[in-house]
Amino acid sequence: MKVLVCISHVPDTTSKINFKDDNTQFDANGVQFVINPYDEFALTRAMWLKEKQGATVTVITVGNNTTEPTLRKALAIGADAAIRVDVEATDGFSVAKQLAEVVKSGEYDVILGGKESIDFNGGMVPGMLASFLDFNFVNACIGLEIEGTTATVEREIDGGKEIIKAELPIVIAGQKGLVEEKDLRIPNMRGIMMARKKPLTVVTPVECSNATASTSFEKPVAKGAVKLVDADNIDELISLLHNEAKVI
Amino acid sequence: MSVLIYADSSEGTFKKSAFEVVSYGKKVAELLGTNTVALSINAADNDQLFKYGAEKVLCVSDETLNDFNAKSYASVIQQAAVAENATVVIIDSGNNGLYMGPMVSVNLNAGYTTNVVSLPNLDNGFTVKRNAFSTKAFNHTNISTDIKVIALAKNSYGIIENAVSGVVEDFTPSISANSLSVASVEKTTGKVTIGDADIVVSGGRGLKGPENWGLVEELAEVLGAATACSKPVSDLGWRPHSEHVGQTGKPVASNLYIAIGISGAIQHLAGINASKVKVVINTDPEAPFFKAADYGIVGDAFEVVPKLIEKLKEFKAQNA
Repeated sequence: MKVLVCISHVPDTTSKINFKDDNTQFDANGVQFVINPYDEFALTRAMWLKEKQGATVTVITVGNNTTEPTLRKALAIGADAAIRVDVEATDGFSVAKQLAEVVKSGEYDVILGGKESIDFNGGMVPGMLASFLDFNFVNACIGLEIEGTTATVEREIDGGKEIIKAELPIVIAGQKGLVEEKDLRIPNMRGIMMARKKPLTVVTPVECSNATASTSFEKPVAKGAVKLVDADNIDELISLLHNEAKVI
Repeated sequence: MSVLIYADSSEGTFKKSAFEVVSYGKKVAELLGTNTVALSINAADNDQLFKYGAEKVLCVSDETLNDFNAKSYASVIQQAAVAENATVVIIDSGNNGLYMGPMVSVNLNAGYTTNVVSLPNLDNGFTVKRNAFSTKAFNHTNISTDIKVIALAKNSYGIIENAVSGVVEDFTPSISANSLSVASVEKTTGKVTIGDADIVVSGGRGLKGPENWGLVEELAEVLGAATACSKPVSDLGWRPHSEHVGQTGKPVASNLYIAIGISGAIQHLAGINASKVKVVINTDPEAPFFKAADYGIVGDAFEVVPKLIEKLKEFKAQNA
């Protein structure tokens, strides 16, 4: 079984978000980058496929060379090989196209990724990738088992979950549940040493035009100070919620 | 030309989000000077959509579409968009909408944006404002393709009445089988879901243990709210993961969010920021949540919440 895990290189969840160049660019100054948390669930699930079912695991990202430490971290966690498509990721549509080109030449059975990245929150690359390739696709996955050429997938639905059966090849967009938080792995020293020797292939991008472009950013308006209500004056809170906020 | 809106339904009944996307779509159509067409699949009472501005409802009735299948649904939307010569396609941000959105986009060779919180700005092409960085910022995105696909963020535009006299037309798309099928569905019945709820009551580690969740549940019941929890609480196994809200959990965009014993870590706030009004109850006046909340009570949840429940019951009785 050949597994490909798509990884986004994103600011750490605790990062303060700032912009530069007249609010047109993200300011990466002082920001630590990590494997997108949703992709980390996917990577860990891929490790289980490797350990329990003998899969080979390749990780891929679309981005310039500043993303390589993130790929090396994925290798240190246990992926066998890494691929970087050498173009800046600025549009989900073209990122999916770039990934599709790599998948076409790689004969992958299972493609895993997170359901969205925590920077642009586009939530589109896995579904577009599947559509470009005409592979099966399941979004918001909270469980995955593969037997032979069939995947059994749990998907979160509004107010519950459903079980889907689908034939490989398949693209899976995961979230927590695919594995649990406690199952996530931190690279150990041996992993980090081994990662240095694992192949990281840089691929030239294909020609493709963007469908969307980010034009600017804006920070939410600073909100007013909290109105504190005395713990002995619950009536006031109810009155504020009813008359002022009009939410009850 | 037209604006096509997919109005999602469950077991024949339109979801609340369907009315919001139709309200939004009507306004987009007005800006573009074109018609509003809604598409429904196996839904009853299609004329309900006239109230929110749908001038035409394309109504698909097909047993093979009883189970949601993203590929089939995306194909139906594509066929409707082509039939109606749609230049903008709008979907909601429910689990089904976000599942099929990217497929619709590729089918129509259309640029796609999610988390959209504004009407398009047409001054310089077609630009929308959207939530990004897990609601820590907004991003303006220009869509340059002929057809645009938009997923509207939940509770960002609102349900706005704009009654028109409309028509319901049957629409019969061609549906091809695919090798993906739903084997079973498990749904909690009779409980308000976090996605649908106007009010969400959420508990954190300050509640000390799962045995104390009766407080959260009772408060939620009085308010007709959904229950939720912080990440540590779901990680500790006190509550199911499906209740975890925050950056890597479920996003919340309710009208009212009540946080009990939640300190307000940046990752938690990122996931609930889209809620309109936030109330925090916490013993620690230094808890970061007080900086993000609209109303706050510094106090012990075990004393404050029972009083709140009692007072709300009185309030509900008077205002029923």
